[in-house]
Amino acid sequence: MPDKHLSTQFDSELTSVSSRVMELGGLVESQIRQAIYALSQFSVDVANEVSTREAQVNAMEIEIDHDLSSIIARRQPTARDLRLLIAISKTTANLERVGDEAEKIARMVRSIIHSGAPRSLPSLELRVAADLASGLLNKALDAFARLDVAAAVAILKEDDLIDKEFDGFVRKLITYMMEDPRMISPSLDLLFLAKAIERIGDHAKNIAEFIIYVVKGEDVRHSSMEQIESVIK
Amino acid sequence: MLSTTAAPEKTKISVKDLNFYYGKFHALKGINLEIPEKKVTAFIGPSGCGKSTLLRIFNRMFELYPEQRAQGQVLLDGENLLTSKEDVALLRAKVGMVFQKPTPFPMSIYDNIAFGVKLFESLNASDMDERVEWALRKSALWSEVKDKLHQSGSSLSGGQQQRLCIARGIAIKPEVLLLDEPCSALDPISTAKVEELIVELKSDYTVVIVTHNMQQAARCSDYTAYMYLGDLMEFGSTEQMFFKPTRKETEDYITGRFG
Repeated sequence: MPDKHLSTQFDSELTSVSSRVMELGGLVESQIRQAIYALSQFSVDVANEVSTREAQVNAMEIEIDHDLSSIIARRQPTARDLRLLIAISKTTANLERVGDEAEKIARMVRSIIHSGAPRSLPSLELRVAADLASGLLNKALDAFARLDVAAAVAILKEDDLIDKEFDGFVRKLITYMMEDPRMISPSLDLLFLAKAIERIGDHAKNIAEFIIYVVKGEDVRHSSMEQIESVIK
Repeated sequence: MLSTTAAPEKTKISVKDLNFYYGKFHALKGINLEIPEKKVTAFIGPSGCGKSTLLRIFNRMFELYPEQRAQGQVLLDGENLLTSKEDVALLRAKVGMVFQKPTPFPMSIYDNIAFGVKLFESLNASDMDERVEWALRKSALWSEVKDKLHQSGSSLSGGQQQRLCIARGIAIKPEVLLLDEPCSALDPISTAKVEELIVELKSDYTVVIVTHNMQQAARCSDYTAYMYLGDLMEFGSTEQMFFKPTRKETEDYITGRFG
């Protein structure tokens, strides 16, 4: 926000709550990285760490919502300020859900390890997809911090890549399960895990949509790319 | 998707290329505006932007001062009230006004309301009683004053006095009610009552309100006009003006970035 309010206190409240969201984003990004590291290293300990961080993420979500309610009650924000606060609230909820997905990945990793499945499980594509998803989330948060509409649109387009990666992986898993029925149980865990990664990409996409909402005042959820591009012109 | 176009309404007051001068000072610059019938339209803007000036043109209040003049057209139901030969008292009966500070006449509550009615209508005693009660009920004051109608109007609290002035304004059954900062001297509860009243009044009247309290405009108006230094900067549905104004100047003012 380049323009300052008459009330510097209002400005600092907005800056403070925005930076809390970025902090939350950083926390869930590291959760994803850890969860994927747990998968590649087959480490129960690392997977457990992801789960311990969840409480922190949840507490932070509640704190941010409390700050938002307080700003709304005291400042009665309008126009762009109002849209920003609504978008922050929605973004926070999306980030918390990303944290849940990371936790889900960690849980699947533990389940795969406990099932005694070999380390040769086909997890490479998953790591690629996870990198894509966490990269996308990183870009979404970065674009949110700068309220960059062009970057937001790029993110919306990129989410398709993750979806394609997911579809390819599902086909591969099916072949894998057909070859060796003993692998069905760990493969299903991998499938859930892949789904969690795909969901992370969706959350990044949602955050990108809120950037357009803040800047342009248009709600582009459930809109086609053509509609979105006509809005941002 | 949010609609940015106002629904077509019947226009009550149409302002065309209106310029207004206080002596040499150009106070309103080429205003064009259509005020819809039976809706609440709010004028907002910083002090000195011309919003009260514009309001006072609607009932030719400015004619009290010889050095003030208006050019252009202000059409009330299609008739230009600036050039109309109509008696100004009749115009003001059609276009009533309530001011910033409550201005009860130094007479009883009952007579405050009956006074104006007597100028335009000859009602018998029971019809007059009925009219007074109607106006007081309409302005949400009846239950508070029904047992002391013959006490002085100035014995009421500020909020009650303001509602008495609104009752006086509507008693002569105007078509348009102009409210110039009607709540600036009132406490929050009286303000809430007056706002409630404003919303209720629009089923019968066209209401135009000038307010410094932006939240008040947001709460009780259907349309909002933002004025700045004699220019009409933006006019649109209140929802659009407070959620997604078109002009950056409007947004800066509404979000408190003005300075």
